[in-house]
Amino acid sequence: MTRKMTGAKMIVQALIDQGVDTVFGYPGGAVLPIYDEVFQQNSIKHVLVRHEQGAVHAAEGYARSTGKPGVVLVTSGPGATNAVTGLTDALLDSIPLVVLTGQVPTFMIGSDAFQEADTVGITRPCTKHNWLVKDTDKLGGVLHEAFHVATSGRPGPVLVDIPKDVQFATGTYTPKKPSTSHYQPPVKGDMEEITELVSAIENAKRPVFYTGGGVINSGPAASQLLRELVDGTGFPITSTLMGLGAYPASGDKWLGMLGMHGLYEANMAMHDCDLMINIGARFDDRITGVVDMFSPKSKKAHIDIDPSSINKIIRVDIPIVGDVGHVLEDLLKVWKSRGRKTNSEAVGKWWKQIEQWRAVDCLKFEQSGKIIKPQYALSRLEALTKKYNRYITTEVGQHQMWAAQYLGFEDPNRWMTSGGLGTMGYGFPASIGVQMAHPDALVINVAGEASWLMNMQEMGTAMQYGLPVKQFILNNERLGMVRQWQELLHGERYSQSWSESLPDFVKLAEAFGAKGIICSDPDDLDDAIMEMLEYDGPVIFDCLVEKHENCFPMIPSGKAHNDMMLAGVDTQGVIDAKGSVLV
Amino acid sequence: MSALKIKKGSNSHSAYNLRPNFSDVIERHTLAVLVENEPGVLARVIGLFSGRGYNIDSLTVAEVDHTGHLSRITIVTSGTPQVIEQIKAQLGRIVPVHEVHDLTVEGPSVERELAMFKVNGTGDKRVEALRLADIFRANVVDSTLETFVFEITGAPDKIDAFADLMRPLGLTDVARTGVAALSRGN
Repeated sequence: MTRKMTGAKMIVQALIDQGVDTVFGYPGGAVLPIYDEVFQQNSIKHVLVRHEQGAVHAAEGYARSTGKPGVVLVTSGPGATNAVTGLTDALLDSIPLVVLTGQVPTFMIGSDAFQEADTVGITRPCTKHNWLVKDTDKLGGVLHEAFHVATSGRPGPVLVDIPKDVQFATGTYTPKKPSTSHYQPPVKGDMEEITELVSAIENAKRPVFYTGGGVINSGPAASQLLRELVDGTGFPITSTLMGLGAYPASGDKWLGMLGMHGLYEANMAMHDCDLMINIGARFDDRITGVVDMFSPKSKKAHIDIDPSSINKIIRVDIPIVGDVGHVLEDLLKVWKSRGRKTNSEAVGKWWKQIEQWRAVDCLKFEQSGKIIKPQYALSRLEALTKKYNRYITTEVGQHQMWAAQYLGFEDPNRWMTSGGLGTMGYGFPASIGVQMAHPDALVINVAGEASWLMNMQEMGTAMQYGLPVKQFILNNERLGMVRQWQELLHGERYSQSWSESLPDFVKLAEAFGAKGIICSDPDDLDDAIMEMLEYDGPVIFDCLVEKHENCFPMIPSGKAHNDMMLAGVDTQGVIDAKGSVLV
Repeated sequence: MSALKIKKGSNSHSAYNLRPNFSDVIERHTLAVLVENEPGVLARVIGLFSGRGYNIDSLTVAEVDHTGHLSRITIVTSGTPQVIEQIKAQLGRIVPVHEVHDLTVEGPSVERELAMFKVNGTGDKRVEALRLADIFRANVVDSTLETFVFEITGAPDKIDAFADLMRPLGLTDVARTGVAALSRGN
């Protein structure tokens, strides 16, 4: 069935046909016809953000907590350029987004018209794919293809740029149908390689699973299969920042997060293992440390849906291109059919070694005195919110790493953080997107005061839609991670890394009509957190913490996994000249 | 059709050799990339090379299948084997890319380039230029009393050799198309 309609109506129709229930956006001249159609329907809820960057991060939060693509609608020119940070963030973290931008009418393109920008040119390197639609008849097909591309293979953001005359013109709508696109990334892994990995699993003496966001992106079934594989083999498992929750933090095979601020036992296991099974992670530089010294004695297997991830950073021995869920299913089938074998005696010895590393207790800290340690604040937050139907977002910096260390995630899609791009200002709008998708859940954004201020305008959005998002700000009046690096690398010259002229966060909350809570005494912390949880509405929680606390453990730049700094070490001169050029 | 299409007769699991022996030697490879002929597709390919710091030694592009809406981009690039593998994998994940072929490793292939040379000279030099052009089977496509424009087709090193010979004979302008390449046989 094909139907005649205007381009603007086609857009709304395509979104409805794709099952979209929420759009995050901000109107402007070049999208007025679309907003007119949004006004005349009730199927799709539009969330008016206060800045286009907020719209994209909110859509990311929505996408990551639901597994569905997030949808954004913004205007031409500045609307589109403000979306660029969010697009890049989603590209690096493989988050499916469909971003619709208005454009000046086709006959004005190239004339430096008002609010004209070369949107497809600007966003080409920060989208998985993008389209400029110049013909209304093609609009329906392109929109359906956009959803297909965003969600197939390795997910990512796509953008459709739609000139205003194309929105006004009438054309024939192409309804959603099974994709005829040539873009069909294979999802099944090569059985020969999978069988080789099974042999490696059967013979491994010191194995470790190293899992990432690919497990979460593959869907809930992949997390279930991963749990079955880990519990069946009895192998230890660690995960990247992106993959937290795929395997439960309470599971006894769980080593905690690995990487630059990962746990000692996780990084030591990575360094000393003889079989590393990378499932949906990409050997990011936050994970590997210095590449030449990365896990020198191990055979490495890598399961990834993107062939370009394989051998990009680390050369692997068993490459498997495919979707994590499909590959794990085949892997389990083969492993079970061959008798579920492992070298349990050797693996038992390996666990004894791991227990020794665990005994270091690398996350230990002492809460003494009258100043709240950030680690203590997060431990209490964890203890008091663990039982809730809880979603956590974060900003970027020390608080983000502490949140990853001290909060436990039992399920996938519960943890939304900017991993690849490290975007300060991500967490607050992301929490809004999560709360839109899960109105009855507890949504907490763990923030630093500096990051939080970057998108604080979204308080207006939270209030307008009655979203009870909790902004848990660890306020050290510093750009904590910048300050930590200046301590480590730049002779404690704290150039521009303090937050002066901070607002009174309680009054700020009240100015928006929200609730503000300030807490500076460790003895008051539990009550204050409970007050936050009991309040039905947005809360800004200003938690004043130790100002010069460093985030440990840490693999300093230019060092290997077995060369970690633990809490309480002397921080001077640990990074040499070669390491100091790394970020 | 998947970008990971396995070439007939290839002994590897895919177009990308996922189990290569990496060395530090810089290799020169000729890649044939079949792409959807849509606006911006060339910018995507070039942007990939500049954005990730890969080399382009030569690049040609033209539509080759009007009904199928396909263009063929021939890229001559250089890098270590690991970089070459990355380039192919990165090209393969561009959405409008249909196929990526590494003609340098997928069996014998032929490479051709067309070039035009303007040579300015009189007397013996002019006669010598004409004589050498004959040896290289270059055609004269324009002539004045003082200039020739030669047209020459061949493998890139043949064209390089001709350019070297013309330089002392009054070579003033060169236009080269870049390499077009096809695999031999089936």
